[in-house]
Amino acid sequence: MSFSGLLIQLLNGLAGASTLFLVAAGLSLIFGVTRIVNFAHGSFYMVGIYLAYSAVEHLAGSIGFWPALLLAALGVGVLGALVEVLLLRRIYHVPELFQLLATFALALVIKDVALYLWGPEELLGPRAPGLSGSVELLGRKFPAYDLFLIVVGPVVLGLLWLLLTRTRWGTLVRAATQDRDMVAALGVNQAWLFTSVFALGAVLAGLGGALQLPREPASLEVDLHTIGAAFVVVVVGGMGSIPGAFVAALLIAELKAICIWLGLVNIGGFEISFSKLTLVVEFLVMAAVLIVRPWGLLGRPPAASRHASAVEAPLNPPGRWMRTVSLVLVAAMTVLPFVTAGSPYVTVLAIDLLVAALLAASLHFIMGPGGMHSFGHAAYFGLAAYGAALLVRAAGLPMEAAIALAPLVAGAFALLFGWFAVRLSGVYLAMLTLAFGQIAWAIVYQWDGVTGGSNGLTGVWPAPWLADKRTYYLFTLALVVAGVWLLRRVLFSPFGMAMRAGRDSPLRADAIGIDVKRVHWFAFAIGGAVAGIAGALFAFSKGSISPESLHVAKSIDALVMVLLGGVQTLAGPIVGAVSFTWLHDTVARNTEYWRAMLGGIILVLVLLFPQGIAGYAQRLIARLPRSLR
Amino acid sequence: MSAATERPDVQASRAPAAGLATRPTAPLLQVSGLGKSFGGVRAVDGIDFDIAPGELLALIGPNGAGKSTTFNMVNGQLRADRGSIRLQGRELIGLAPRAIWKLGVGRTFQIAQTFASLSVLENVQMALLSADQHVYRLFARASAHRRDDALALLAQVGMAAQALRPCSELAYGDVKRVELAVAMAHNPTLLLMDEPTAGMAPRERNELMALTRQLVVERGMAVLFTEHSMDVVFAHADRVIVLARGRLIAGGTPAEIRDHPKVQEVYFGTGRTFEKKAPVGEGSR
Repeated sequence: MSFSGLLIQLLNGLAGASTLFLVAAGLSLIFGVTRIVNFAHGSFYMVGIYLAYSAVEHLAGSIGFWPALLLAALGVGVLGALVEVLLLRRIYHVPELFQLLATFALALVIKDVALYLWGPEELLGPRAPGLSGSVELLGRKFPAYDLFLIVVGPVVLGLLWLLLTRTRWGTLVRAATQDRDMVAALGVNQAWLFTSVFALGAVLAGLGGALQLPREPASLEVDLHTIGAAFVVVVVGGMGSIPGAFVAALLIAELKAICIWLGLVNIGGFEISFSKLTLVVEFLVMAAVLIVRPWGLLGRPPAASRHASAVEAPLNPPGRWMRTVSLVLVAAMTVLPFVTAGSPYVTVLAIDLLVAALLAASLHFIMGPGGMHSFGHAAYFGLAAYGAALLVRAAGLPMEAAIALAPLVAGAFALLFGWFAVRLSGVYLAMLTLAFGQIAWAIVYQWDGVTGGSNGLTGVWPAPWLADKRTYYLFTLALVVAGVWLLRRVLFSPFGMAMRAGRDSPLRADAIGIDVKRVHWFAFAIGGAVAGIAGALFAFSKGSISPESLHVAKSIDALVMVLLGGVQTLAGPIVGAVSFTWLHDTVARNTEYWRAMLGGIILVLVLLFPQGIAGYAQRLIARLPRSLR
Repeated sequence: MSAATERPDVQASRAPAAGLATRPTAPLLQVSGLGKSFGGVRAVDGIDFDIAPGELLALIGPNGAGKSTTFNMVNGQLRADRGSIRLQGRELIGLAPRAIWKLGVGRTFQIAQTFASLSVLENVQMALLSADQHVYRLFARASAHRRDDALALLAQVGMAAQALRPCSELAYGDVKRVELAVAMAHNPTLLLMDEPTAGMAPRERNELMALTRQLVVERGMAVLFTEHSMDVVFAHADRVIVLARGRLIAGGTPAEIRDHPKVQEVYFGTGRTFEKKAPVGEGSR
């Protein structure tokens, strides 16, 4: 821990901050104007590296290294413009969650296209000509290229500032960021403004990627990693604020650098590994900022949205038709393992479907009637799974007790995280729940002594009387049906009505004596606890548990299930979970490119059936003559 | 001049008998020395007024006079910087809107706020559930709660026939009626209405205010409302108080206010109210 070591780490941090800023600035710009949270932004960054690799390989000889990099960035810009014209223009009017889902699907597609074009191996580009050496600072070597990157960040910030304040286009962008309806009312052609902003954002991400070529290999894994980091930077800096993105990128990159420099520190007899903190430090910063300054460091409180989510139809208690279908379905599922005795895999898959259905139903409970779009719901699923596994393995409790206690574990964590989350709303709430999910994941991933680290825990088997898969299936079925019934029952109770009321109009709810935050806080905890039942069932069905069960990717799977089925219908999450899990299973077994297939299907659904599968079915039923319903 | 413009220090002495001796009934709401600043702007600058039970009091004034600020301080959405707001002797400043509601104050919003995804009936039932402290019941059936009482309330505002429709489908005038029923579900002693007729057609306006008047009479409830439309104010208010640039400049019956020189000046514009030194006339402090 010397001063020169600190200096080198700080410089490293600055170089990292530049790249982070380029990606985040594009994301922030796009969000500011179009209000789209672009999940595919990390993919633009990834494509930037790959395109730069190909451009340098084929064109560096003729046009030179640097023009080839710039060309790659412009190529990403063209891709961005195409995406905007072909996809996003069709979904500006749909609720923001569907936009998220669509851009998420786009990320899946882009990843598989990259896999097809460039293959699964990592590709390492050449060193930058003229900057391949290193510079000596206080007796330590520092790569010259990183010094160059340090300069790039502020230069791009300056150029963006000039563009936004000195040009007519920039004025329009700033005006649209403040009030895009007003800009439209003034007769500005929004279509081209949006396309150009999206293309510029993509160029910035592509440039960030292209400039990484001499430093790190192109790989298929960087997209999710990058989008996570860029989201955090944008939220910390304030959505839509470019200077905010710069400050946040610096702050986060430097904090990481300091954590690496501190390494292992002995404080009062405890060994604290600061270098391990790097996995969560950005999420800790984000959580702290969102709690103290919910609009980010340099952001402004958002103006009241003029197109909030579509109004739901009143919930009706299940009619005779619905009851009959449910009963037939449960009966059919009860006999399922016995009629498919010849193919035991069906039972295994059916357990997965049931667990997914309960997870999706619990997320829908929070998202739909509660109006809280959680992006970290898998945390409660995973924490309960770990809780159950630890109760059996370390505390020596019987399985039955572990399953009974697991939802309480999840509910307790949901109470803790939810207390902070319900203070926010919209995208900010989504990001805070994502941060909590990531923090929970990182702790489980690193706490080798208790959670088994990246290997997870094994030997989590059910009690002997449930050892047979078919019996375990029936046990799962019973608990899942009970869980779904419980959630439905609560939705029709005074508490459930207060949840919906608080979502519809917090002002009115407050004016008739309802403590909206408290109601939503408890709802969050109930949703978390029910996800915990699903988590415990999952752990015992697999016999093992790994950190993946609470990873953000799992949270997003759950989100996709809910949206696929339809947020506005109670049957939606079940339909969505079953179709998603079945699709995932079928597609993944039959093609190498399951992600692209999945992404394509999601895109078709978003474009054609924005109300989800169950929502669409409900519409069809509503068209039937009354006597048939 | 009415009690509305008495010196604040007289009321601030909190000698209840002082103001009451001259009044037939004890005031329901007593506001004294109320003030609120935003940055350097004194939006409301030490105002005093009170409302008697069963009284329909209109708070009027030109744009930027401080009507909304005053209104939002009374219902708890804004916290006052100074002064006091007492409901039957109990201080309201510092209480959350829902706590003020519990003390018997209902309110309607300038842009009507109802629960769009609930039916008309459920909107009222929600308010009844809250009034009965059933909000945290997890397993009861909400739609079975005091259905008849909810329907009776809807009948009072003329919305019983549409009880089962989703609130999101209603015409705006009807949404305002539903909101009124929701606001009255816990039998408030004081109803606060922020521009109750904004966005309504002339005929609807008079119908809504006639309905409000009828409810005031039936229930002995008091109403404080802000309003831009002078014909509504002069036709339906018992008493009117006038705000201009954060201060009360006049108070009295609609007839008195109509002929009040200061009010005419503010509304019909000599322009002098917008100068630094407004002439000190009758009713100003």
